[in-house]
Amino acid sequence: MGDNERLLVSLGGAALLLRGLKRGDWAGLAAAAAGSGLLYMGATGRNPLAQAFGIRFVETRDCGRRVEVVKSMTINRPAAELFAFWRDLRNLPRIMPHLRSIDVITEKRSHWIVDAPAGFTAEWDAEVVNEKPGTLIAWQSCDGSDVANWGVVRFAEAPGGRGTEVMVELEYEPLAGTAGVALAKVLGEEPSQQVEDGLRHFKQIMETGEVPTVEGQPRGPQPKTVWSGRLVPRSTVAPSRIISLRKTRYLS
Amino acid sequence: MKAVCWYGTQDVRVETVDDPHILNPHDAIIKVTLTAICGSDLHLYNGYNPSMKSGDILGHEFMGEVVEIGPAVTSLHIGDRVVIPFAIACGQCFYCRRQLWSLCDNTNPNAAMLEKVYQDSTARLFGYSHLFGGYAGGQAEYVRVPFADVGALRVPPEFNDEQVLFLSDIFPTGYMAAENCTIQTGDTVAVWGCGPVGQFAIQSARLLGADRVIAIDRFPERLRMAQQYGQADVINYEDSDDVVDRLRSMTGGRGPDACIDAVGMEAHGTTLAAWYDRVKQSASLETDRPIALRECIYACRKGGTISIPGVYSGFIDKMPFGAAFGKALTFKMGQTHVHRYMRPLLELIQRRAIDPSFLITHRVPLSQAREAYEMFCNKEDSCIKVVLTP
Repeated sequence: MGDNERLLVSLGGAALLLRGLKRGDWAGLAAAAAGSGLLYMGATGRNPLAQAFGIRFVETRDCGRRVEVVKSMTINRPAAELFAFWRDLRNLPRIMPHLRSIDVITEKRSHWIVDAPAGFTAEWDAEVVNEKPGTLIAWQSCDGSDVANWGVVRFAEAPGGRGTEVMVELEYEPLAGTAGVALAKVLGEEPSQQVEDGLRHFKQIMETGEVPTVEGQPRGPQPKTVWSGRLVPRSTVAPSRIISLRKTRYLS
Repeated sequence: MKAVCWYGTQDVRVETVDDPHILNPHDAIIKVTLTAICGSDLHLYNGYNPSMKSGDILGHEFMGEVVEIGPAVTSLHIGDRVVIPFAIACGQCFYCRRQLWSLCDNTNPNAAMLEKVYQDSTARLFGYSHLFGGYAGGQAEYVRVPFADVGALRVPPEFNDEQVLFLSDIFPTGYMAAENCTIQTGDTVAVWGCGPVGQFAIQSARLLGADRVIAIDRFPERLRMAQQYGQADVINYEDSDDVVDRLRSMTGGRGPDACIDAVGMEAHGTTLAAWYDRVKQSASLETDRPIALRECIYACRKGGTISIPGVYSGFIDKMPFGAAFGKALTFKMGQTHVHRYMRPLLELIQRRAIDPSFLITHRVPLSQAREAYEMFCNKEDSCIKVVLTP
């Protein structure tokens, strides 16, 4: 962890601890515990979360740290077809919903706007630096990017005519250091998860023409109070209710 | 519309909910004419699946009439009368192309969630928790069917609903369990559990040429049904000291050639091991109670086959794997590849080799689903199979 990051984590931890203790209920206790954990991370400079979540770092020549993401998926379609979909970068927001928009400026250059964790957005210009039709596309972000990143997607014919093996390798410099990466992971907004989900959507669209969904289907009326799934539940939920919900195996 | 919704352990309610709509191009909407409660619905009813949310619509055995189709549906028409397989398959992926429909890659909207548990994601089921896709089920007046072209089986008008409804799950499930036994002339097949799947496994084993079927259960009415419709020899394990010994003595000391575990993770038993499993499961130290499976392994003859249609979800303890290895047993298991069996089994019904409606013990309106669940769960009134009419 860098010094700035340690300071930030410590401050956040202390705030969470104090607020939690002030609440004095179960949710407060949970917040206080989380705050203590952050204080520990700030004080020691260690980040056990990153390790626990399997986040991989690579050291760069200028002593920076980048997060490395490698994901692959076999898709039951020819490589040329998959390449063509991906190379038209305007298609990518269809498979990765966190990509708010991609504007193609020239054949090589494009502008990306991305939803970042906790409601922020990040923007950058990216350039295709290498491409071999039907085989690979490599890109990197240009100077002045919010999140510097480098990546390559490869398409390789699977043995025995079993479709195409698609592999994405991506490196990025995390905005808020290792703790930020861990936080994003908790929120399900970390690029490794996004790339994996994106590859799955890519497969679903290429193989079946649609992404399966249950959004918008009917369900029974909801009880008045439900577990909100937040770290610190809204105060309208009485602590006793939370405990009884847990007992009845509600995990939403 | 009216639908059967899950609200907690042993708490299902018939509620008024919105009608379903087409959400994806390959969807169809079916007006349900007949649906059923499956034994595996009881796992949800009894709270064994932590990814149920209150308000989820239950049900994966249903049939009805096509009332709306999405723009990409080509083989179905409004008004078609169809039976829908319980598993949803895309028809295009590696697994579907190999007829392994229940392993479909593409139909789980919550694939990442299941991968955290199983390292893989499989075909999604109607009305069977968010871990298994979160699709609204068919114990309702209407239901949305994704990839309707791939799954829906059109049924000829000469059959009534009760004769073909069980093509959606339990008949194929029992049949695949028997087919997995690779039955040869002279074979004896033992079937643990004479619930609906067990009953179909017994009759399918007969149809596939088993010389003898031995049925094991504790409910006299279920054993009677196995005798009457499957010509099975029966063992009531509550009256019998040791099921394995009994099976050995019934098979000249050799053991059955194949053993079918049509019980799964909520097995009951009278032995010390059975109580061990009950205690561990209730303390969340074990998710599944493999009592029947252990007996299968001990009872089966050397080189025999264990076929497992009963549902398992997590971890099991004290598996006699040394015995399984030493006896060189073959294990076959998994969710049924229903799509593979629907047409061939419809032909069996057409040829009058079997009439699946023998199984139905209770016919109930959908509005009384709550009472029906309770009755089925407690096996009151000799309940074996409930069908619900919307």
